Amino acid sequence: MRTKKTTRAAQYAALAAYLVFLAFPFLWLISTAFKPARELGSLHPTWIPKDPTLENFRQAFDEQPLLQAAGNSLIAALSASLIAVVIATPMAYVMARHRNRVSKAATGWVVISQAFPFVLIIIPLFLILKNLHLINSLLGLIMVYVVWSLPFALWMLVGYVRAVPAELEEAAAVDGASKVRTFVSVVAPLLAPGIVATAMFAFITAWNEFFFALVLLKTPEKQTLPVILNRFIGTEGVADLGPLAAAAFLATIPSLVIFAIIQKRITGGMLAGAVKA
Amino acid sequence: MRTAARLGPRLVTAAATALALLLTGCSGDSGDDDGKITLQFQSLAWQKESVDANKALVKEWNATHPDVKVEYVQGSWDSVHDQLLTSFEGGEAPDIIHDASDDLADFAYGGYLADIGDLLPARLKSDIPKRSWETTTFGGKVYGVPFLQEPRVLIANAKWLKKSGVRIPTPEKPWSWEEFRAVTKELGDGTDGKYGVAWPLKEPVSATLNLSLSTGGKMFHRGADGKVDVRFDEADEIMPRTVHDQVDNDKSASGTTLGMGGSDTLPGFFGGKYAMVPLGFSYRQQIVQQAPKGFDWQVLPAPAGAEGLAQGVSPQTLSVSEDSPHKKEAAEFIDFFLQPDNMVKLARGDWMLPTGTEALKDPALRTKKDDWAAGTALAEDLRPAPAQSVRGYPEWKDKVATPALQEYYSGAIGLDELRKRLVKDGNLVLARYQR
Repeated sequence: MRTKKTTRAAQYAALAAYLVFLAFPFLWLISTAFKPARELGSLHPTWIPKDPTLENFRQAFDEQPLLQAAGNSLIAALSASLIAVVIATPMAYVMARHRNRVSKAATGWVVISQAFPFVLIIIPLFLILKNLHLINSLLGLIMVYVVWSLPFALWMLVGYVRAVPAELEEAAAVDGASKVRTFVSVVAPLLAPGIVATAMFAFITAWNEFFFALVLLKTPEKQTLPVILNRFIGTEGVADLGPLAAAAFLATIPSLVIFAIIQKRITGGMLAGAVKA
Repeated sequence: MRTAARLGPRLVTAAATALALLLTGCSGDSGDDDGKITLQFQSLAWQKESVDANKALVKEWNATHPDVKVEYVQGSWDSVHDQLLTSFEGGEAPDIIHDASDDLADFAYGGYLADIGDLLPARLKSDIPKRSWETTTFGGKVYGVPFLQEPRVLIANAKWLKKSGVRIPTPEKPWSWEEFRAVTKELGDGTDGKYGVAWPLKEPVSATLNLSLSTGGKMFHRGADGKVDVRFDEADEIMPRTVHDQVDNDKSASGTTLGMGGSDTLPGFFGGKYAMVPLGFSYRQQIVQQAPKGFDWQVLPAPAGAEGLAQGVSPQTLSVSEDSPHKKEAAEFIDFFLQPDNMVKLARGDWMLPTGTEALKDPALRTKKDDWAAGTALAEDLRPAPAQSVRGYPEWKDKVATPALQEYYSGAIGLDELRKRLVKDGNLVLARYQR
């Protein structure tokens, strides 16, 4: 009993240490965002700013179109995650339930495609989008994000579909439900947590993505948040640290809000799948 | 099943309509169709004053040139090479390109940049010294206009220096490398955590090559056949040996800053740990913003050798894309953009020095405030960075020179091993690019 308690205490200590480790960069970012320039250059930095200021936020908004960029990022990331999930869900269902050479080859291709580096595909991609007149276009960027996140989304969802017992579908078929009805009424609710997790993955991938956005979007009105944040960095890696931290802190807020909403949905989805309506 | 079949065509129609709407709503600009010329100018200005100066000049041009509109496009230093390479390959590069001269060689040899030597007016050509033009001239062709540059200087804690009683160097009578070593020993040897100097050498190669020009070190030697080989002669040894000895023998330089970038050393400098920090001239802006109130600092020239205060620089440049259909107009914009008054505005915005001789005469750049005058006095001694046009230099730098110099400065290897690696391994790398 004593050993069990000690083990549990050690587990909590490890968890606490891990959480502190994870939270450190974010807390430091918040601290930096509220520090005046002179405190940023201090040899003995403090967690709580001695003379907190909103000047960094004012400067960040003054220098760069942050709200517009956040709007663009939100449009790109939400659209990409939604489209990726809509496409990937039925595909994943087919790949999981109909296991043959084609689906195995498709799974293999999905895994291999994850190994392609950005630089390998960016130039052909650029040329294709140019021919479609989709350079400097959010639609072009959304298409890229969908294609980029689709393989991994598919891979994730295949695992979730396989976890749904096939017997439930057989029972629905016995009740006279069509394939579509079975998928919509039986499988989809059980897949809800997986779909939400996949959407989260696609959203975060698109929200944080920098290189495609940098190359494909030219005018400031179209550019996304990571591209705009990059402008606070100058030659030889010198950064305008205060405004950069303020802008980066603001950039994390939408992700946090979406995470908070989605987290509830994951729990809700799990419960919804447990009871037959 | 029947329901699905009935819904099918409707869904397809709805999806097609949505796609068409999205395409019309989100697609990129198709450009002007009123016969006027539109030029894209990609600027890398990033500090507020500099961005403001760039945008104001573009606005002024557009107001006075109704037939040639310039569109300001914001780029960033951190990613400019990859972004430009992709744009060049995709045929979508901006007409006017802001970059640094050490990034131009690859683009020039790749055929992406226009030779603008004949398009530029005599005024601009004669205003910028020949030594600056050398940074953008490859194979006799001019691929960019160098317009801003910065020397590496010693930024010193003025109070500390005064108190120590050491001789304060001036551009007319700078410290020699030996004197510099002796002075740093006197200023601090690590006891009580105080050092004479902090070398931020996270990127040790350009600092070493550029400062070694003062002692006559060139490291890259071009033969009559045009091929380049690496040598590490006596003249090349002086600067690296001084740093090595300060860190490892005298303890007058902090070993911990060797892995830092320039900005990382500033808290220690403000906190009184280091008497001096060798930094780029533009770091003054950060010092003005971040130094504690009453902190007394001053700009000193870097140590001099047999070649005086000579040091290498890679100026900021303006180039024209080879694919641009309006090269003449692009060159006209560059001429306007780099008028002496405008060069002064740009220099002040970036806290750097202009290359133009007329702009350098401006009183605003010769003021004692923020030690502008101390930097301007060094302008004549700035030379092209030694590796400017050497093909294979980036690989030599990353794979050979950076680790070798880092190990040497930290005391892990000696001078002989450093020489062996820079020369023997280095020439193997360069040979692959010169077959």
